[in-house]
Amino acid sequence: MNNYLLIESRDPFESNDVGYYYDLSKGLVDDGNEVTVFLVQNGVLAARPSAHSAALTALCQSGVKVLADDFSLRERGISKLAEGVLAAPIDVIVDRLAAGHKTLWH
Amino acid sequence: MAKKSLNVVESAYRAVMEEQDDTILWLLAAMQGAGGAHTVVLRGNAVNYAIAGQGAPGLTIGEWKQTQAPRMDRDVADLIENRKIPVYVVEEDLAERGIASDELVSGVKLLSRRALPKLFAEYEIISHW
Amino acid sequence: MPKKTLTFALMDAPYESANLTTAFRILDAAAKRGHDINVFAYEGAAALAFTRQSPHPNPVHGKNLAEENHPTTKDQVAALLAEAAKNGGKVDWVNCGMCVDERGVNEFVPGTRRGSPADFQAFLDASDNTLVIPTK
Repeated sequence: MNNYLLIESRDPFESNDVGYYYDLSKGLVDDGNEVTVFLVQNGVLAARPSAHSAALTALCQSGVKVLADDFSLRERGISKLAEGVLAAPIDVIVDRLAAGHKTLWH
Repeated sequence: MAKKSLNVVESAYRAVMEEQDDTILWLLAAMQGAGGAHTVVLRGNAVNYAIAGQGAPGLTIGEWKQTQAPRMDRDVADLIENRKIPVYVVEEDLAERGIASDELVSGVKLLSRRALPKLFAEYEIISHW
Repeated sequence: MPKKTLTFALMDAPYESANLTTAFRILDAAAKRGHDINVFAYEGAAALAFTRQSPHPNPVHGKNLAEENHPTTKDQVAALLAEAAKNGGKVDWVNCGMCVDERGVNEFVPGTRRGSPADFQAFLDASDNTLVIPTK
């Protein structure tokens, strides 16, 4: 079992590649790993409740932890988050790196 | 001993004419020469790098002529044959782009998107480029 | 959390991408925690530590040079080095040499250095973890 941190900087409104990353995170969980998706920059736009946030909620329900960078949220005036998504400080990235989580950026 | 490193390359044709190669494939070739243990997965638009026979002629701007235009297919073949860097290509991404496997340079290995998690488990470092 | 050695690869040029804002925030957090930090500044990122950057005023916002206090990445790099030192860590910031040459950014913040892919490979093998922040 490995720990993964998948940092997502892209949003589903501008990029149709976000689905690949969400699917990858679910695939890693299904393979028995602990997975966190950390949304940063425009990636947090998907965390605002909308038709597109259902995918993130589904990820949470499948066992992926979904965090959204609090700075990016404030920058974009997002105060309400889709079900299952939690705001988190950037320090989480450093702490997970230090703890040896395999960390990728999309 | 070098750590096993998996490099998922998805950025394609971003600055290949300007740099006369793909800067990530170039970097990995250089790092392999410095003792690295790298593997490449081409996904997204980067699967197009594996198509044999591609390449535009060198640019000309006024009297300035480019004499070393890049050839991505040759660079992919070089990674496999000379640098001993295995190169996987995501087969669903090929299919989505209408690319048949017989169009590819020899030596690339086809990989399903669904197999990525198991492949990730084999590597200590995984990077997206 | 014990001190770790963390490696980062950056690719974006200054002032062009939100990736760098996030990158510097991550690096700052790592420096505050006293970790040792390796940075391989590749492609456009080779200009992050270029000392000849100059701030400018903002006539659209009606701010003079001092009021605008426009960020420069060279100052952010210098501040990062200082923050790491203050907390018992060190930063080995390598600017990829060929990237520096083709961009003409051959003057770096003191404490950063010129290097090559071999340095990045050495970083990968010697550090506890690595994060590549790619460009689009």
